[in-house]
Amino acid sequence: MRPIANTRTAAGIPTGRLAVWWVLASEIVIFGGILMSYVMHRIGNPDWAEQAAGTNMWIGGFNTFVLLTSSLSAVLAHHAAETEGNGPKAAKLLGLTIFGGGVFLCVKAFEWTHEITHGMTIQSHPFWSFYYTAAGIHASHVIAGMVLMAFVARDAAKGLELHRVELVGIYWHFVDIVWIFLFPLLYIAK
Amino acid sequence: MADHGSQHYVKIWGTLVVLLVISILGPLLGHPVVTLITAFGIALVKAYLVARNFMHLNVQPGFVGYLLSTCLVFMLLFFAGSSPDVMKKEGDNWRKPTVVVTGPLHHEAGGHGAAAEHGAGESHTSH
Repeated sequence: MRPIANTRTAAGIPTGRLAVWWVLASEIVIFGGILMSYVMHRIGNPDWAEQAAGTNMWIGGFNTFVLLTSSLSAVLAHHAAETEGNGPKAAKLLGLTIFGGGVFLCVKAFEWTHEITHGMTIQSHPFWSFYYTAAGIHASHVIAGMVLMAFVARDAAKGLELHRVELVGIYWHFVDIVWIFLFPLLYIAK
Repeated sequence: MADHGSQHYVKIWGTLVVLLVISILGPLLGHPVVTLITAFGIALVKAYLVARNFMHLNVQPGFVGYLLSTCLVFMLLFFAGSSPDVMKKEGDNWRKPTVVVTGPLHHEAGGHGAAAEHGAGESHTSH
C-alpha cells in the first residue's frame, strides 16, 4: 500500500510534486532576498566593482557550463524514468548529475581557496560577504541535491519510486536557475 | 511532462551553452549597455528556457505559476521598500551617518586594506 502523500491529488497534481513547488516558492524568497539585497547595495556603491574584479569570470563560466550540463542529465533521467520506465538508465543519468555537482563543488573549493589565501575573505569587504554568503548557500543546496539524488538513484536502479526522479530533477533545475543569476551578478558585473 | 524526445532536451542544452558563451563574450566588449543585455538579459532567457523545458513549468496547473509569481512579487516589493534607504546617502531631512569600524575586526583585517576602506566608507552604514 502506497502512502497517501504519493496518491492523493486534491490539487490536480501529485502531492509530492506540489510539495516540491512549495519548497521552491520558499527558496525564491530566500535567494531573492539575498540577490535583491546585493543588487541594491551594488547599485548604491559603484566602488564595489574594484572588489568584484577579484572574481574569475572564466571559472564562473565553467561552473555555469557544468551546472547546465548536469541539468541536461537530470531531465534526461526524468525522460528515461517517465517515458521509457527505465529505472536503471535514470539512475545512471542521475549519477552523472551527481558527478556534475561534484565537479562544481571541487571548482568552487579551488576558487575559494585561491581567493581566501589572497586576502579576499568574508570579512574583508561587504562585496565578499555577499559573495561567500550567496555562493555558500547555493553550494549547500548543491550538496543537498546531490544527497537527495543519491537516494532517489538507489531506488530508481531497482525500478522503485520512479516518480521521485522528476521531483529531485525539478529541485536541481531550480538550483541551476539560481546560479544562472548569480553568475552575472558576481562574476560579470565589474 | 510534455512528450518531448531526448533530442529536444539536447537542443535546449545546446541553446543554453551558446547563450552562456554570448553572456561571457559580450561584457568583454566593455560597453555597459551590451554588458547589461548580454549578461543579465540572457540570464533571464536562460532561466526561462530551463523553467519551461527542463522543469516543464508550462504544463503545470496555473496555480503553480501564480504561487511562484507571488514570491517573485514579494521579492520586488522588498527591493522597492528597502532600496531607497540602501542606495541613497541623503534625502529630505535625513543623512546617512558614517560608521567607523573599530576593535578586533578592524585590526585583524586591516592588513588587507579592504577592511580599512570599509570602516571609513560612507556607503556601509547603519540607520
